Amino acid sequence: MQLTNRSKVASVKELNWVEKLYLPAIIKGMAITFSHIFKKKATVQYPEELRPIAPVYRGVHVLKRDEQGRENCTACGLCAVACPAEAITMEAAERMPGEEHLYREEKYAAVYEINMLRCIFCGLCEEACPKDAIYLTDRILPSNYARNTFIYGKDLLVEGVEPAKRVDISKRKKDYEMNV
Amino acid sequence: MMDWWLILDKIILVVVIFAISLGVAAYSTYGERKVAAVMQDRIGPNRAGPWGLLQPLADGVKFFTKEDITPNAADKFLFILGPSLFILTALMTSAIIPWGKPLHFGDHVFNLQVADLNVGILYILAVVSIGGYGIMIGGWASNNKFALLGALRASSQMISYELPMGMAIIAIVLMSNSLSIREIVDMQQGFHWNVFYQPVGFLIFLVCAFAECNRAPFDLPESESELVGGYHTEYSSMKLGFFLFAEYINMFISSAIISCLFFGGYHFPGIDSLDLSPNLAAIVSVCVLFAKIFFFIFFFMWVRWTVPRFRYDQLMRLGWKVLIPLSIINVLVTGAWLTFVK
Repeated sequence: MQLTNRSKVASVKELNWVEKLYLPAIIKGMAITFSHIFKKKATVQYPEELRPIAPVYRGVHVLKRDEQGRENCTACGLCAVACPAEAITMEAAERMPGEEHLYREEKYAAVYEINMLRCIFCGLCEEACPKDAIYLTDRILPSNYARNTFIYGKDLLVEGVEPAKRVDISKRKKDYEMNV
Repeated sequence: MMDWWLILDKIILVVVIFAISLGVAAYSTYGERKVAAVMQDRIGPNRAGPWGLLQPLADGVKFFTKEDITPNAADKFLFILGPSLFILTALMTSAIIPWGKPLHFGDHVFNLQVADLNVGILYILAVVSIGGYGIMIGGWASNNKFALLGALRASSQMISYELPMGMAIIAIVLMSNSLSIREIVDMQQGFHWNVFYQPVGFLIFLVCAFAECNRAPFDLPESESELVGGYHTEYSSMKLGFFLFAEYINMFISSAIISCLFFGGYHFPGIDSLDLSPNLAAIVSVCVLFAKIFFFIFFFMWVRWTVPRFRYDQLMRLGWKVLIPLSIINVLVTGAWLTFVK
């Protein structure tokens, strides 16, 4: 069976005297390398240039707020239980009077940490969440020099209140494809 | 009074050539990486400055600021002497290259050649041979088996390829009746380039130049895949920088010598018919020579990224069984032609 028509039969025959000079072969090779100067470069210059990614790409997490800017998360811990890599930890706290504009329900996560070095970006936390609070996004985890910088707290995970700082996760919603 | 002018001329010229040699060598490293990249469908260095043009500067700073390690078992004096000798000889060869036609300042004639030795070619061969000691001493003083093997390979390779190189030059010398590089260059005025009269000699000289510069496909002395780094395995910081730098200077000088011996040096067909003023003609001639040099530097890189490395027995067979007989025949044929036909 032949898969491509580029295959060549290898042989161990004696070289004739022209081939023994090696020069024709070297000139041929140099023509090939020269032609590569003008070919399209394969390089993707990463931070400035991104390769296209799937709409359902599973990147760095986001903790969502509702329309009024209140955090959705109630620190129920289902995501931590679902996490196969045990990357999520949290501490719950009770909402005090006067904090109603910050947290949607009576309980909230005072500390919410994801260890990005443990996380395998499987998306099970998102599936387990009953409050629409955690989603994976199309943002790529940036590299860093120190390990402790990879433990992402609420400062990095929770999206901003202002409309401009909201993170779009509509592509990750279960009914995205039905709506499109 | 005349002597002081001469000394001043030479000092200016030496400093300028020194700076140009180092500059070209530095930008050859950048050029090599760019050429390697585009031939492999990559982009190459482009982060330091516009188009990565400051990359050699960054590399230089890196070399100077790295820790300078001298192995415990190394011979301290020879360990320093090796790279120093190598870069010294690499820079010395530029002295006899005629860079262009003389410049005229009134009555004063400024010769663009540091020394017009009447045995210029012998001087090159002698200095290049001393350069081999730099590698040998460096490799031996490291007290490391890879370095020693690399040094041995370098020395035997240099000795093997100096013979056909000398023979190829002898054919040129027979034709020009002179050992002075300037006379050989002036003989090739117009389009009488030696490469058309001595194609075999040119081929032999080219192959030997690759071997003398330890460039691919003859980079066995530093074959990183088998000998770690070859003769400079134990070197670090600017001592390593000297070795690598000297290699690029050698490449620059080799390109200059190839251009002078075989491609008419600073001459270009039709340059006389342009009727330029002497000074302008001198500047144009320098540019012509540098265009040829840059082409050959590119050619060195082009070959490096095309041809795989020779095996050691193949290298020796090519040197002793092919190039030396071929160069002797070339000398004989040239001599017979000059004696009986011309």
